Amino acid sequence: MRHLIDIRDFSKEEIDELLGVAERIIADPIAFQDRCAHKRLATLFFEPSTRTRLSFEAAMQALGGSVLGFSSADSSSAAKGESVTDTVRTVACYADIIAMRHPKEGAPFLASRRSTVPVINAGDGGHNHPTQTLTDLLTIHREKGRLDNLKIGMAGDLKFGRTVHSLITAMLQYEGISFVLMSPPELRIPSYLREMLDREGVPYLETDEMEAHLGDLDILYMTRVQKERFFNEEDYVRLKDRFILDTEKMQYAAAEMKILHPLPRVNEISVKVDDDPRAVYFDQVKNGMIVRMALILKLLDEAGKESTK
Amino acid sequence: MNIDGVENGIVIDHIQPGDSMRIYRLLELDELDCSVAIIQNVVSRKHGRKDIIKIDQDMDVDLDALGYIDPRITVNIVQNNELVAKKHLELPRRLWNIVDCKNPRCITSVEDEVDQVFELVDPERELYRCVYCEAAAEKQAL
Ligand SMILES: [Zn+2]
Repeated sequence: MRHLIDIRDFSKEEIDELLGVAERIIADPIAFQDRCAHKRLATLFFEPSTRTRLSFEAAMQALGGSVLGFSSADSSSAAKGESVTDTVRTVACYADIIAMRHPKEGAPFLASRRSTVPVINAGDGGHNHPTQTLTDLLTIHREKGRLDNLKIGMAGDLKFGRTVHSLITAMLQYEGISFVLMSPPELRIPSYLREMLDREGVPYLETDEMEAHLGDLDILYMTRVQKERFFNEEDYVRLKDRFILDTEKMQYAAAEMKILHPLPRVNEISVKVDDDPRAVYFDQVKNGMIVRMALILKLLDEAGKESTK
Repeated sequence: MNIDGVENGIVIDHIQPGDSMRIYRLLELDELDCSVAIIQNVVSRKHGRKDIIKIDQDMDVDLDALGYIDPRITVNIVQNNELVAKKHLELPRRLWNIVDCKNPRCITSVEDEVDQVFELVDPERELYRCVYCEAAAEKQAL
């Protein structure tokens, strides 16, 4: 049984194939509107995340399927002390596919080992969130027409930002990628990623400047710098504006650069930037639903093949 | 070869000096009825000093657990006072219920009856990670 727990569960070829299906859905959504008729998606959200849950539900409904589930642990059997594995085995009796979010790291992996239907990790603590990465990949592919030969800038909290970590991991497979990693010194990428970049021979630059590098970038991936990440108030005040993207900084950016953000945004991108044609973070939301449609189709298709074997 | 005193059993040899008590606890040797000898700080031709454990009973030894502690350990099987097999250890690919994950955010910290599983990700650094949350195994935790 195929599941998606970690973005590394899929090969480069499989990701390419998935993005191809996503493009076909965008070109002709009507052709896909009944593809999941009589199929049911369960959204097991042991931790609330309205955006992600809505994206999964919208995806399944756009395929003509139905959805059921819960949106917080206290309304579910977990509050009564039921284990993750028992919940999943029960729900697999009603649903054809499961999307699961859980505050504990590794919970969806554990679920996948006991489930009789495909499990999609919809976020496990600070660990993995592979459908966000697929969303980012589809957006980059749609905006730039390719996933290779790109200079990708990442700005903000690169230490705790799991979306940043898994996008870097996923991009390592493509040719001609380089990174400009812009963050306060305290919030640089973890050492395991630095080791991975070194091992793969991928060029990268770590800096606490932004303006100087914007002109070279194909992609700018913005993330939030949270106040509580800083050791002292002084550092926060000194650095907080340096990683806020505003119209002034946008003057330094190339005309073809695209700005991505996993959302929700707080203040790291000025609202005035939203009207800039280079801002594609709201298109990213739409892409998130589309890529989840492609993923549901792929996993159901593979599960179907397995059951007829 | 130090098989003296063992008629039918096991001699765990080439243990780093000081590690024998950890191995004694890990293999739960206190629960055996037979005689168990721990010999510490023996002079060794190979490693300078070493510890040895002799167990006068044929039992299943968790070779993975020993390989994780120190792949240089050798396990000798003795039958009728003779050495019949000498097992060299290696770093196991997986550790099943040998170390517990110390990450408080890991699902294994709350879910009952889940096996603790660690996978070897970097043999050079002898680095193991939890298959659930990818936290590194802490060797001192044994
Ligand atoms: Zn763990």
